[in-house]
Amino acid sequence: MAASTIAGGAAKPRRPGVSPQDLVLRYGTTSCAVVTAATVFLVAAFLIVYSYPALRFNGLSILTGMTWNIGNQYGTGVERHGGFVAAPGASFGAVVFIFGTIASSALAMLIATPLAVLAAVAMHYRVPNRLKTLVNVLVELMAGVPSVVYGLWGIGVLVPWISNDLGPFLAARFPNSPLGGGAGSGNGLLATSLILAIMIFPIMAATMRDVISRFPKQTFEGAVGLGATTWQSVTSLVLPALKVPMFASAMLALGRALGETMAVLMVCGNALNLLPQNIFAPVNTIAAAIVSQLDSALTDPTGMAERTLAELALILFAITLSVNLVARLIMRGSDRVKRTA
Amino acid sequence: MSEMALQGAKARTRSRVGLTVRRNIGWGVSVLALCGALSILGAIFSFVLARGLPALRPKVFTTVTSGIAGGLENAILGTLMLVAFGVLMVAVIGFGTGIWLSSYASPKPREFVRLLTDVLAGVPSIVVGYFGYILLVKIAGWQFSLAGGAIALTIIMLPYVVRGTDLALESVPRELREGGFALGATYTTVLLTISWPYALPSVLTMLLLATGIALGETAPLIYTAGWSNYMPTWQLTHAPVPYLTYVIWTFISQPFAQSHALAYAAAAILMLMIVVTNVLARSWLESLARKQHGAR
Repeated sequence: MAASTIAGGAAKPRRPGVSPQDLVLRYGTTSCAVVTAATVFLVAAFLIVYSYPALRFNGLSILTGMTWNIGNQYGTGVERHGGFVAAPGASFGAVVFIFGTIASSALAMLIATPLAVLAAVAMHYRVPNRLKTLVNVLVELMAGVPSVVYGLWGIGVLVPWISNDLGPFLAARFPNSPLGGGAGSGNGLLATSLILAIMIFPIMAATMRDVISRFPKQTFEGAVGLGATTWQSVTSLVLPALKVPMFASAMLALGRALGETMAVLMVCGNALNLLPQNIFAPVNTIAAAIVSQLDSALTDPTGMAERTLAELALILFAITLSVNLVARLIMRGSDRVKRTA
Repeated sequence: MSEMALQGAKARTRSRVGLTVRRNIGWGVSVLALCGALSILGAIFSFVLARGLPALRPKVFTTVTSGIAGGLENAILGTLMLVAFGVLMVAVIGFGTGIWLSSYASPKPREFVRLLTDVLAGVPSIVVGYFGYILLVKIAGWQFSLAGGAIALTIIMLPYVVRGTDLALESVPRELREGGFALGATYTTVLLTISWPYALPSVLTMLLLATGIALGETAPLIYTAGWSNYMPTWQLTHAPVPYLTYVIWTFISQPFAQSHALAYAAAAILMLMIVVTNVLARSWLESLARKQHGAR
């Protein structure tokens, strides 16, 4: 009994003499934990407080308006809503950014998820043991390539390829479809989605590989022993059994894609006040807009543009938070089911 | 009768053939997906190195940027200072939180802080950047600064280091700690002389991986560190700091071959730094861990 209390992580044996070292360690680490926990709340709190005037000024129009216009900086008078003022003619509609965020991430998930599932299966069942470490390190390195370097590669290779090769190729074959509008400069929805797909692929593949590697080996071998091919065992036994944690892995990757900034900023075409008409058209995302619109926002003497960018950050925070929480809850739930089973 | 048996056998053979075909296609496509992804990694590396390495003249390391030309001395130093400062802070806060989670927390608060750490890991880097801008640049009035950038990087690295420390200490074998208690050691002594040294290699691995992430970050720095053409100093506030990722992002969209060369050079330096931290994290420390666990 005594031993098990001591061994349990949280238990602390009561001792008569408490040395200063004990106290320093206990309260030092506690205050570190308080700092970590407080950071999350501070981020949320400061975003809310700073963007409060924008929340009041914009109301729901930020979710319904198409037009992003910080207003006439040289005009007279002000625009007044909800008790706060902005430059005359100002209108902060974020539909273009929100649509771009969702469309590019959805398309990226569509491309990356099946490939990541297949690659995870290959990593676990087909890569020879002596290559496993190498492949794992390479996949993790791929996840570690900075966003800005993906963006650089996008500008240097992917965007020209879409503009010069893929665009004309698709336009010739599917002239009257969303695929056939002509690729223009190549910066746009397709380039953004492809870059995002490449970026979230290693994250998904690595977490899905971990999920698959936890599948009981005996069960798999049992299926093979009963005469199933290895592929049948994977598709009709392993993957269906793991669909919940696999879905959670995909959600985590989706959270990344939604908040991805630099690579998207460099290839998305920075669309304003315009929804894409085909898959090549320029788009913009919430994250990219926060960066690309700051310079002009700083010229707004009322400060409303800057505060609206904080509101955009708050919206992005809320979206990624809910996606991540759903993923974690699913993950935890499936863990609990496994433990009780 | 025999005809029926024959037909059945034929059907079985056909389905057997179908299975084989499907299996081969399935595995083929899976391996292809993996190889395709890794070849994209190869393409990115060869692209960056092919354009970046020729641009890496000695002058790049010894001159500062001037406008969109010059060298990268200031940016390299700025990146190293921001990351070093951030790593220092995250080592204190991250290790502390990890130790608290695994050794001191009671179940409810522990679950809560773990959840918050997960949440923090999911906060987009640009949101962290804007938070730093509001709190440090505007409200605290530090303007663009070393401290602001380093704090933003600390927030980015924090969840990785906390989780790494927490997991490493959780996986210390129970018998090892019980041995310490049996010898009459206090809780603190067991933590400091048994658990912590045992967990250290994996803790440091995580810290190195987090360092690699911080080296490549851009979004949290745009709003907090700013940019400067001059050599960074150790002045904590009111002085903008240059960094490599800024060069990559902005110089590539300039219409000059010279600035493109600098962007590629910055990318090559950055990739080499990240490969080094990743390889170090993997090989050196993992072998250390293996030796230690083997000696147990």
